[in-house]
Amino acid sequence: MAVAAREQAAVELVDLEQTSLRDLNQRLHDLARAPGPSAWRIVNPSGAHALACGIDAEVEVEIDGHVGYYCAGMNKRATVRVHGNAGTGLAENMMSGLVVVDGNASQSAGATGRGGLLVVGGDAAARCGISMKGIDIVVGGSVGHMSAFMAQTGCLVVCGDAGEALGDSIYEARLYIGGSVASLGADCVEKELRDEHAAQLSALLDAAGIDADPSGFRRYGSARQLYNFRIDNAGAY
Amino acid sequence: MATGERVGVRPVGSDPGPQYAGVRPHGSDPTKTERPWNLRESYLFDRTVIAEIQRASREGIYDIRGFGAKRRLPHFDDLLFLGASISRYPLEGYRERCATDVVLGTRFAKNPLELKIPVTIAGMSFGALSAPAKEALGRGASEVGTSTTTGDGGMTDEEREHSTTLVYQVLPSRYGMNPDDLRRADAIEVVVGQGAKPGGGGMLLGHKISDRVAEMRDLPKGIDQRSASRHPDWTGPDDLEIKIGELREITDWEKPIFVKVGASRTYYDVQLAVKAGADAIVVDGMQGGTAATQDVFIEHVGIPTLPATRLAVDALQELGVHRQVQLIVSGGIRGGADVAKALALGADAVSIGTAALVALGDNSPELDGEYRELGSAAGFYDDYQAGRDPAGISTQEEALAARFDPVLGGRRIANYLRVLTLETQTLARACGKSHVHNLEPEDLVALTVEAAAMARVPLAGTDWIPGSA
Repeated sequence: MAVAAREQAAVELVDLEQTSLRDLNQRLHDLARAPGPSAWRIVNPSGAHALACGIDAEVEVEIDGHVGYYCAGMNKRATVRVHGNAGTGLAENMMSGLVVVDGNASQSAGATGRGGLLVVGGDAAARCGISMKGIDIVVGGSVGHMSAFMAQTGCLVVCGDAGEALGDSIYEARLYIGGSVASLGADCVEKELRDEHAAQLSALLDAAGIDADPSGFRRYGSARQLYNFRIDNAGAY
Repeated sequence: MATGERVGVRPVGSDPGPQYAGVRPHGSDPTKTERPWNLRESYLFDRTVIAEIQRASREGIYDIRGFGAKRRLPHFDDLLFLGASISRYPLEGYRERCATDVVLGTRFAKNPLELKIPVTIAGMSFGALSAPAKEALGRGASEVGTSTTTGDGGMTDEEREHSTTLVYQVLPSRYGMNPDDLRRADAIEVVVGQGAKPGGGGMLLGHKISDRVAEMRDLPKGIDQRSASRHPDWTGPDDLEIKIGELREITDWEKPIFVKVGASRTYYDVQLAVKAGADAIVVDGMQGGTAATQDVFIEHVGIPTLPATRLAVDALQELGVHRQVQLIVSGGIRGGADVAKALALGADAVSIGTAALVALGDNSPELDGEYRELGSAAGFYDDYQAGRDPAGISTQEEALAARFDPVLGGRRIANYLRVLTLETQTLARACGKSHVHNLEPEDLVALTVEAAAMARVPLAGTDWIPGSA
């Protein structure tokens, strides 16, 4: 690719059939230390792993196609949009910024995320939001089993259904589910959805750009019965 | 149960006598206890076993404790160096150089770790340990040119400041994980397991959760913080390879990436870690310490460091990557003899945890009275989970932590590491080696059939290696 010529363009186009993943990620990382293009378009990702991970810059990255594992992992400040599906560990441990996937996401989307907003337009597979630590996740479709396992803080919004063992061993995260819940995990219970929660849910749906009626959602969270070990609860584990 | 109360622990202030499993009156020797000859103690149901059954029936929960395995296990003590003789030429002890430097992470990383000694400080979390204790580890290690390691709680600014070379652990819990700390680390260690509890997660009990610890881990204060036993975003060796690839991309391929496993299926784990792209592999034997684990787990899961070392070296040699993928062995390293024997079996470096805490002042006889008030005694204290350590090491109570002098602690660590190094050099020179890495299995014999079989060196006085033709 004629990189020098492209530098002048409004949108930096990178073709992963011509440029290595390493070179692309290095250029994106360099934005943390030196100014560069603020808008990027990546074509031919071909399911590459670790694509656009570790960015620390206020930059827009659009990816045309499917991505592999850990896309936008540990993202800070950047907006990453995937026009396709995403593999395991999408936006894992994201710190801030926005990651949007038009299609579906595989397992562990948003795992351990500490901030920012992750939006999955389609479905997310098992363990969506596992050990989430402050990230907000909005899923337009459904999520698989063990979603929000050991979820610490942040919100998981699921417009569709949730699989088995939702919120198992959950801490302080809030779960808003629009559809059915196959089963709740240990120490996860349904909770009253008060006005403050409705406002939070509406704001998250708005931020995600997902048109869903907040009134049909139910809220789930921790019963806080397993926070300190008690032998009387041994049967719950 | 009150927040500050330990599960499975005897009441604070109670007599540490025979009602508590594992603690004998300080200084006593059960084999010499004065008692009539007609009283015969059961080998199977000795007083420790009886006390534990009684404790379990009283409290209804397993015992959680710190430290490592306390049972007798085959170990480096069961090996001896042959020393130089007519066929081998020794080096002059006080004159001729015996180098100790080691480079870790030469396989893929742009910036491998260059350490002056082959002894590093193992991962111990801020949370399990107090801030001044972590600072002391950094001070001491930096003084002698080796590394420290974070732990299951993230990286603190203090430990980064005081550790010239700092290894940042990526654990299943991902407490405090962030890309900035990955980038300011000198190496990354993906922790799959630890020797005290291969296959187990962790637990920091609620009463050790200070405001700062809670904030670092994104959890409320005062609740038990479980550390997951599985990583949240990868499963199996194929995923691990992709995960390591992500960590390399985030850090621009600069940092060495270690993979740490608790010793169990060591041969296979090491080969899979190599296949997954590790620069170095840490194998932690079952004697490795912990801050809080069930006693039954510590004593009954995993294999000892001795056979694990041999299996790890076998795995690396079979793949043709021995010395290219460095091996770091931990679990029960106490003195230079242990270091030298691990190196002779093929390790590139060792790590110390429990020994480092002891060097800092843990289980100090001067604190015996205070240990007894806690129901323990100097030399027996293992309640790292309780957070009431009078030495100010395994605690988050400010008043206790303030008792610990990080400058003095750092000096002790440096002294101790120097002694380990001097002892290792002494043994290496005796075997005629100008570098400690030149020690080799042929310098060793075994005292027991078990150790000969596990280490695959001959039983002393014979040429017999059990299992060999």
